[in-house]
Amino acid sequence: MSGSADTASGEWRRTSPLGFLLGAVMNLRHLLLPMVAAFFGTSAERAALYVVPVVLVGVGLTFLLSWVAWRHFHYQIGDSDIRVQRGLLSRTVRSVPYERIHDVTLEQALIPRLFGMVEVKFETGAGGKDELKIQYVTDAEGAALRETVRARKSSKTDTSEAEGVPSEGGSRVLFAMDDRRLLTFGLFEFSLIVFAVLAGATQQFDFLLPFEPWDPEAWMDWLAGSGDWLQAFGFAAQAIGVLLALATLGLVGLVTGLSRTVLRDYRFTLEETPKGLRRRRGLLTRTDVVMPIRRVQALKVTTGIVRRRFGWHGLSVVSLAQDAGAGHHVVIPFARMDEIAPVVEVTGFELPSADLVWQRPSLRHRLDRAALAVVPLAGAAAAAPALNTYLGLGMTAPLMASFAPLLVAIVAGARGYYLWRHDRHAVDARHIYVRRGWLSPKLDIASRIKLQSVEIVRGPLARRRGYADVKLGVAGGTLELVGVPVEEAQQIRVAVLNSITSLDFSRLAG
Amino acid sequence: MGRGVVHPVTMDRDELQPLHPNYIKAVRLTTMLLVLPFAIGALALESADSLPRGSFVLPVLLVALYLIFRTPLRRYHARGYQVDADRLRVVRGLIFRSDTVVPFGRVQHIDVQQGPIERLYGLGTLVLHTAGNHNASVSLPGLAHADALAMRDDIRAHVKRETM
Repeated sequence: MSGSADTASGEWRRTSPLGFLLGAVMNLRHLLLPMVAAFFGTSAERAALYVVPVVLVGVGLTFLLSWVAWRHFHYQIGDSDIRVQRGLLSRTVRSVPYERIHDVTLEQALIPRLFGMVEVKFETGAGGKDELKIQYVTDAEGAALRETVRARKSSKTDTSEAEGVPSEGGSRVLFAMDDRRLLTFGLFEFSLIVFAVLAGATQQFDFLLPFEPWDPEAWMDWLAGSGDWLQAFGFAAQAIGVLLALATLGLVGLVTGLSRTVLRDYRFTLEETPKGLRRRRGLLTRTDVVMPIRRVQALKVTTGIVRRRFGWHGLSVVSLAQDAGAGHHVVIPFARMDEIAPVVEVTGFELPSADLVWQRPSLRHRLDRAALAVVPLAGAAAAAPALNTYLGLGMTAPLMASFAPLLVAIVAGARGYYLWRHDRHAVDARHIYVRRGWLSPKLDIASRIKLQSVEIVRGPLARRRGYADVKLGVAGGTLELVGVPVEEAQQIRVAVLNSITSLDFSRLAG
Repeated sequence: MGRGVVHPVTMDRDELQPLHPNYIKAVRLTTMLLVLPFAIGALALESADSLPRGSFVLPVLLVALYLIFRTPLRRYHARGYQVDADRLRVVRGLIFRSDTVVPFGRVQHIDVQQGPIERLYGLGTLVLHTAGNHNASVSLPGLAHADALAMRDDIRAHVKRETM
């Protein structure tokens, strides 16, 4: 492993000299609209006086900057990596080992195409955010680059493709939702989002309404008015009115939930195919996604406040972010645990076994968290009547004022207790399990070997009280163990790192 | 070359390597440039003569002195790194202490960055990119530029060796 000996082989190259002109032209496109606006927005003589010089300077600067960028952009095809160096004041040299390049794409926008230029993009596992690209080389050079990289890459590795093919030939249905299940699911997807949308729309278009929707006094008048009118009907009628309103609300929520669910998950089918998990769903737009099983990084078992009581759960997979926008796919929206278990098995993960040893977060962490929530609220509750008396705020119901924060404080306390009873994590030989949450608890299952990095973070409170957060890098998702005792955090890190370093990324990602 | 920097250390808790001492100077200079507009603002307010003499300049000056002289030193002592045969550990943070380990086997690509101030002091920043959403890029500033390049080459060599 001689340090820099093997880098000397490829010399530093520049992109095509035409490249900087193209770069400037591409940047000028953004300036075009304001320029046109400036021309038409001013009179002829003013245009000649001010606008023309400003535009000329702008165009000149764009070309100058583009030239500087081009001048200081170099790339190098080395023996073991591609390097790109750029920047005049801040210099960055990026090195991408061939082993990490998944694919090379050539992109041609309209204007570069006229000049026979391409943009070369090197895709790595870094999930599309911070890729390496070489802007504007000639077609031939681009194609040559792609060939070189592919050749170097295949001579280095490629045991990965052969072993990735599962033995089975055909496909097998793992999970499907019939209409009955779909409707049940829809009922649990009760949603009042319509009202949020309405509120948003009201905010956007309030100038069209005949009254001020955001003026409380207008509402008061309005209510007082119709209140008088309602008063005439007596108490029973008012009660019926309230019930009717609630029923309408419920109905709207149910209909919204049902229709959204049916649109999204109609004829939901999950299959196991030689290429991976294949999911098809949807009524009007039917989507068809294939997730290679080797790409699955972690699993999430989800549930909801109400459906949990009836034993319904869902399953999502977290996969390398490359396949389709989000790196997080629902593979089972709504099912019993015994329907979920076989799918978990297919993905090569395991549900927590009965004899798994669960660990609690540190008690101090729970107490601190609860105290941070409860103490200020309780303080506010205690202070409200006192403030009222001494400052003479003239609150009509001082006890009410202290009642609200007190109630929230009690709820926060109860939540803290519940989380202490139920938040758990466990580390076994192959997986990490994290169960978190109060009303709709989630279970995360990550494979130790597929993690990317381990971080231990400690805030000021955590340092004094001896606990820490462990943040694990998952491709396409996040995983965090919160408030773990420090010694345990360090043990987990050592264990996880040993798993990670046993296998290189290139044999992992497929 | 390079070998002096990357000697294999066991994953011992406290055996962190300090950054290059020039890092303190670089942070000081950066802070000075950041504080400058506030100092000018304070002087301008002072010249307006609206409050007793020194009521703007003095607090700004004290805070600036603390930020310029004390904080970079504390920051320097809070930071450290450790290079093992197959992983890099980066420790940082004054209030929120973070301790990150990136195994070389998970590195996607590597940057060596050098801003103008860093260049002045011969420093460089090593950035490791991983596929994880969390810690997608872990940066280690305040290395001698040559050391950063040497570490980059070693990590790349490790990646190559692992995939052979």
